[in-house]
Amino acid sequence: MTALLALDDVSVHFPVRRQVVRAVQHVSLQIAPGETLALVGESGSGKSTLGYAVAGLQAPTEGRLFFEGVELTKSTWPAARSKIQIVFQDPFAALDPRMPVSEIIAEPLRIQRIGSEASRRARAAELVARVGLPLDALNRYPHEFSGGQRQRIAIARALSPAPRLIVADEPLSALDVSIQSQVLNLMKEVQEQERLSYLFISHDLAVVNHLVDRVAVLYLGRLVEIGPRAALFANPSHPYTQALLDSVPRIGRHRQRRAVIRGEMPSPLNPPSGCVFHTRCPKAQAVCSAEVPSLAPAGAAGHEAACHFKTETGA
Amino acid sequence: MSRFIASRVWQAALVLLVMSFVIYSLIGLMPGDPLDIMIASNPGATPEVVARLRVIYGLDQPILYRYFHWLLAALQGDLGFSRTHSQPVLVVLLPALWTTCKLMLLSFVCSVLLAMVLGVWAALKPGGIVDGVVSLLAFAGISVPVFWLALMMILLFAVKLHVLPASGLSDIGDGSILDYARHLVMPVITLALASTGGFTRFVRAAMIETLRMDHIRTARAKGNAEGRVVLIHALRNAMIPVVTVIALSFGTLFSGALVTETMFAQPGMGKMIFDAILSNDFNLALSGLLFATMVTLFSNLMADLAYGWLDPRIKL
Amino acid sequence: MSGVERAQSPWALRLRRFRRHRTGMASLVILALLVLFCLGAFPLALMGVDADATDLFARFDPPGPGHLLGMDEAGRDVLIRLMVGGQISLLVGVLATLLGGVFGIAIGITAGYFGGRLDAMLMRFTDGMIALPLLPLLIVLGALDLTKLGFGQEFARSGAAGFWRIVVIIAIVDWTAIARLVRAATLQIRERDYVRAARAAGAGAWYVMVAHILPNIATPIIVAFTLTVGRVILAESVLSFLGFGIVPPTPSWGNMLNNAQELVTTAPLLAVYPGVLIFVTVIAVNFLGDGLQAAFDPRSEK
Repeated sequence: MTALLALDDVSVHFPVRRQVVRAVQHVSLQIAPGETLALVGESGSGKSTLGYAVAGLQAPTEGRLFFEGVELTKSTWPAARSKIQIVFQDPFAALDPRMPVSEIIAEPLRIQRIGSEASRRARAAELVARVGLPLDALNRYPHEFSGGQRQRIAIARALSPAPRLIVADEPLSALDVSIQSQVLNLMKEVQEQERLSYLFISHDLAVVNHLVDRVAVLYLGRLVEIGPRAALFANPSHPYTQALLDSVPRIGRHRQRRAVIRGEMPSPLNPPSGCVFHTRCPKAQAVCSAEVPSLAPAGAAGHEAACHFKTETGA
Repeated sequence: MSRFIASRVWQAALVLLVMSFVIYSLIGLMPGDPLDIMIASNPGATPEVVARLRVIYGLDQPILYRYFHWLLAALQGDLGFSRTHSQPVLVVLLPALWTTCKLMLLSFVCSVLLAMVLGVWAALKPGGIVDGVVSLLAFAGISVPVFWLALMMILLFAVKLHVLPASGLSDIGDGSILDYARHLVMPVITLALASTGGFTRFVRAAMIETLRMDHIRTARAKGNAEGRVVLIHALRNAMIPVVTVIALSFGTLFSGALVTETMFAQPGMGKMIFDAILSNDFNLALSGLLFATMVTLFSNLMADLAYGWLDPRIKL
Repeated sequence: MSGVERAQSPWALRLRRFRRHRTGMASLVILALLVLFCLGAFPLALMGVDADATDLFARFDPPGPGHLLGMDEAGRDVLIRLMVGGQISLLVGVLATLLGGVFGIAIGITAGYFGGRLDAMLMRFTDGMIALPLLPLLIVLGALDLTKLGFGQEFARSGAAGFWRIVVIIAIVDWTAIARLVRAATLQIRERDYVRAARAAGAGAWYVMVAHILPNIATPIIVAFTLTVGRVILAESVLSFLGFGIVPPTPSWGNMLNNAQELVTTAPLLAVYPGVLIFVTVIAVNFLGDGLQAAFDPRSEK
């Protein structure tokens, strides 16, 4: 089965005054139809930038994107627009305060000129019910809704052109904990009903555990580990992943202090040479500052890590 | 720091250059032709003579050529001859500039002081009686036409009360300081009143904003006397945006000065430019407008630099 | 959500807030009265009063039957000239504001949305215009000889040309404030997530500007336009007063003060009326703008 989305050696650089921010560096990955790939990392790791590149908001400086087997270029993007949608982090900034909900939800259809005004309204009504909001919400304005409700509206908007892939950029981070699970469940439901794929960007590993099939870990713009959820959580291979998982409190599990990470993430203006993690890595050796490690198998099928001294497990 | 200054100066010079061309072209579009005036006063001018004169003066050349010719001369200090005053332009311009500067500076100082007092006083209790009155006066200040205000002042003080002279720099035969002062009172007050409104509103808004900030609460909590808190802490912070705005309003001040000078027959830049345009004295009008632009650009530049220097957050 | 029957559109909320602002409402009333006053010229004309008819024997006549405010320095009826002059001054105010405002919006939104070199270029241009001293420039523009620009002699002298000339030159000079405001607002809105969502769905620059940016900057624009009208009316009055704006016989509040120095000694009231009208109009417009600003306060909207 061809991958729904494929990134081939994608890099995104921003010139800032006289320097360059290397937000994303040489990332290659794939998402299969109906699959959820989590993109995990701290702030500054480049995950949002990568998400924007996938959603077509940010052109990659290098590398190529493939969707449904077709390379995404200036001429092929317009056709792909309706099939790739995005949900943002802040529900209070994601909806135009001047537009009523029905218009907000139908907007992607209007932009793509899909259907008539009547059919769009019908679709909006259908989606409003689908995301669990009452029909009279259609005539209301965003300021009348809570954060969780606004996020549902944003999801309805993303669903309106019947996309195949939704980039979800930290969709739960701004919500109250009790609401998070509701919205998460909605996303799961919708995924099953529509056979959607998600690129789920998050810094919160606990959340990731519920929805996700595979996990990709980013550090300073580089993909350091990728693999099936269960395998990665049980046997994290890269020292960074190991430290990330250690920091997640879990009831009933005693803390395994593998090693403590020192210092702070360096600036993407000036990434360290060789392995970007070597300045904080407890396992760092001379080779780590000289050579960039590439992704190599770390045990289970599909589980890869980019580290000269990764922990490998027998399959 | 010096790179910042250099780039701003360079930008200002560029703007001035472009504007000099724009103004030069505009002046050229004004009614009348330098030659027409010569012809009118000289009945012996036949069409051939006129044509020859046109060539001699380069008036048949395209505008860019004439402009560069003028520019080259101007850069060497030669701004041409004023027809109406029968003197080189600079000789007419500089004294007028000085008169205007005196008027502007005096009224500027008066209005800034007044605005600070009123603005701070109003900000101490927003919504109170003082604030209401001050705001109303400020609104009135920005809504009143300057020339009409001047008229009313003349009506009241010169015609009805006979207290102050209606026009001129000084009375003939009396060149004393007191006499000069008497003649300056109304123009300065008129111009000051017109500008105070805008300044006051701004000072008031800046002070209210600053007084609300947390570090003022801290200063109060530390036990500082209210007066000290207000005057030293709050005022210093509020001054930063106020300085920029005030400096940037030099342009409007100049326009106001033009009107005031015309009303009170003060021989300043404004009146000079006005008369020059009316009597088609091209050289004088052109140079006058350019100087006015220069003054505005210069004050904007100073405002930029002052803002950069005052606000420690801006790295120069 | 139960208990809320009808949608509270943002505009309905703003209208409610505006109604609570007393000076704003009062200004609206005053401006309505002023407009009614100016429209009074029509019934007065029907009664036979002519705004342009001069009668040199009636110069400076005091108020009397048929001429409620007396006659001016050329023997014309003062009252109707105030009314007609008001129509002209208000029209110039509104038209010049609209013209300059539309231009300013176009420049500001283009600079703000596209950024980069286009933005830098447009802002240099705007800054250059701001650097020019307003009134001298207006005077030069007002003194331009239209025939040199290619217009016919007859057109150049007509009243219509004079009227449109002043509308255009004030618009040329006054668009910069709106341009800067629009640019700043555009820069902010461009980064909002809902704009990004629209772009992710394939929206082009035009769609984003019309569907998202303009509606969201409508409120500061309305306030800016209102305040601009005040400035424009003042500019027109100064220009007409100096003789470079609306030229007699067409009356305007500004040019009725043309021979002001003479009026002050012979008929002081004639120097007071036009000025008072200008003053009241502009202060009402400014208070209206203030009221609108309070009604549109973004802090009460989210």
